[in-house]
Amino acid sequence: MTLRELKVCLLGETGVGKSSIVWRFVEDSFDPNINPTIGASFMTKTVQYQNELHKFLIWDTAGQERFRALAPMYYRGSAAAIIVYDITKEESFQTLKNWVKELRQHGPPNIVVAIAGNKCDLTDAREVPEKDAKDYADSIHAIFVETSAKNAININEVFIEISKRIPAADAAGGSPGKSFKIGRQASESQRTCC
Amino acid sequence: MCYQCCDWFKQHRPHLVEKRDSNGLNMEGAVDSDTSSITTEEPQTEAKPSSDQVTNTETDSISNTEDAATDNSQSDSGEFVVTMLAKAKLEEQGLGVKGRSSPLLEAGTQDMPAYMSHREEDVTAESWRQHRKHVFVLSEAGKPIYSRYGSEEALSSTMGVMMALVSFVQTSDNIIRSVYSDEHTVVFLQKGPLVLVCVSCTRQSEQQLRGELMYVYYQIISMLTQASISRIFEHKKNYDLRRLLAGSEKILDGLLNLVDSDPSFLLGAVHCLPLAASLRDSLSQILQKAITSNLVFSILIAKNQLLTIVQEKTVIEDARLEPADVHLLLNLIGASSAFQAGEIWTPICLPLFNPDCYFYAYISYLDPPECTVCLLLLSTDKEAFYAVAECKRKIEEAMTAQNSLSLIDKAQSYSVSQVGVSDLRHFMYKPFDVPDNYRQLSQFTSPEMEAPYSSEEEKTRLLDLYRYMHSRIHSTSRPLKLIYHVAEKETMLAWVTSKFELYTCFSPLVTKACAITAITKLLRWIKKEEDRLFIRYPPKYSTTPNPSKSSRSSKSDQQDSTDNGFLSLL
Repeated sequence: MTLRELKVCLLGETGVGKSSIVWRFVEDSFDPNINPTIGASFMTKTVQYQNELHKFLIWDTAGQERFRALAPMYYRGSAAAIIVYDITKEESFQTLKNWVKELRQHGPPNIVVAIAGNKCDLTDAREVPEKDAKDYADSIHAIFVETSAKNAININEVFIEISKRIPAADAAGGSPGKSFKIGRQASESQRTCC
Repeated sequence: MCYQCCDWFKQHRPHLVEKRDSNGLNMEGAVDSDTSSITTEEPQTEAKPSSDQVTNTETDSISNTEDAATDNSQSDSGEFVVTMLAKAKLEEQGLGVKGRSSPLLEAGTQDMPAYMSHREEDVTAESWRQHRKHVFVLSEAGKPIYSRYGSEEALSSTMGVMMALVSFVQTSDNIIRSVYSDEHTVVFLQKGPLVLVCVSCTRQSEQQLRGELMYVYYQIISMLTQASISRIFEHKKNYDLRRLLAGSEKILDGLLNLVDSDPSFLLGAVHCLPLAASLRDSLSQILQKAITSNLVFSILIAKNQLLTIVQEKTVIEDARLEPADVHLLLNLIGASSAFQAGEIWTPICLPLFNPDCYFYAYISYLDPPECTVCLLLLSTDKEAFYAVAECKRKIEEAMTAQNSLSLIDKAQSYSVSQVGVSDLRHFMYKPFDVPDNYRQLSQFTSPEMEAPYSSEEEKTRLLDLYRYMHSRIHSTSRPLKLIYHVAEKETMLAWVTSKFELYTCFSPLVTKACAITAITKLLRWIKKEEDRLFIRYPPKYSTTPNPSKSSRSSKSDQQDSTDNGFLSLL
């Protein structure tokens, strides 16, 4: 059985539940009082998909504005991006659209985009209709699911969908599997300030 | 809208007006040297040890324009305050209450429901006013940036009044430093485009409170860098900095709680976990071997205390890691439970090391799920995550091979009874000469707080006593070398020499002679245990092939900071 490493990054506004989704997926646990992520948190989980093992290298980024400039470092070379919004916050859906735009402009050309409407257990407070989000996702050919990290709804499914959409290993020209070698902006890192 | 602030200032009015009559606002900030009858004091003969880095920096930064205060401007400021208060009073009766018709307003004295976070606190409630220490951060345009209790929005008018006070005094080329009332001390600190205000009803000195505000400022700098804050406000004076700090309030909250409960901040020194020297050395060696290019600091922490710290050679030639920077790092780790899940990679600025550059911090726990042993690796290369993560694997392997984790697990703070001096209840000892040859991180040692200081209230009371002793020792107007203070429930003795700073707490009936003998014994014990209590010789490594000197605050640093604000140090 072959092992493929897939770099996946989570993007989205602060407080929508990116870390909670990752925790649910990796640890199968949920903490309602989770602190905001600082910078980005890196975790891995290996799952079997058909006759392959997919090792997800997950970059859970901080949604806070001050870390915004770091995002390219995480989505660069990613095989997939999960953009998360909060179904109870219209604004977070608008932020999601900006992330999609940014990925289209600066992200890897064949990145798989998944849109996750999190907190779908809070139906009473819903502000973003499922249909609107679904239509939008279809228009950009993205995976769409409504999730609840709290109640473990559709969390594994997002990752399974990603596995499905990742081009087969031999067909992938850009080989997203090797994506964790960050090399594109190597020159930048040599800049000195002294 | 102005209800809470008017009220707050109304409470302080008698004092403010009175101050106008005597001295104007207290712009000198000199604490009057009260000579308490129960203290035995020796005037300090030698130079005051410059131990408290933070306070020093703070003194430097405040321009000495205070002297320029003329009678004229003083009476002006008095009048101004009266005018402000009159206006505030008006608003309170009329507009102020409108729009705030929540039932909570009437029942202002009700206790806050437990489920409410500090941020949702009702700022008009009596309980809000009764907090021991408020801290506010605002921009020069008077925009709220942070409040320890209550939401910034609800406090915008209060902060407006604070800014009005600051800018009024500024117009006559003065700097407002503090306002005293019977119950409260209000301390102001201006740092670049930020204004920090502390309203305290603790008995802490103004100098100490200003030191704490410096920590708050440094914590903000550690998240954004000084250069980017200046740049932001140069472009847009009324920028809402909360946009960039959103989600980081918990870090500031955590810092203020630590400042209140951990004497490290007061002493400007770090607390190491006592560890057999051989174990500490072996841990250092493990860190020393697991390096990659651009790695500058490797820090191992257990139970929120330092285990060991290994530094890059060339970096350390130029600048040492200041205790305040370590405190900020420890607070960052403490303030995020998210760290326990995975490996963190985050930009962080060490303001005392270089206020304008970011380091990239790799943070990971070595003992999940307990998460007490934490590894912190600082690199100057933002792309170095995978290389640095590889260092962690090496460290993890080596520690497993040497069974280090279970040895660390056994390490713990010590009891004062181990010293074997009766009547000694607690102490804090900060040496200035450990070790002799290396420019080294200031450290202190202190036993666990045990009975009668087991409850939170008693702990706070003891810390308050220490703070009082500290303020007497470090008083700007009348510094002391030795102070023997008979308090209600204990006897305190503080002593500063060129070699150390020592604070001790004895049972109340100890005599002066007994206390002196006890201290001699204590010093002997510390000398004997020195290798275990302190990091003696911090090891170094070399990761830079071409040692380029990093200058601490050269102009080019600031020029080089690109729009995203993230730049490499080396």
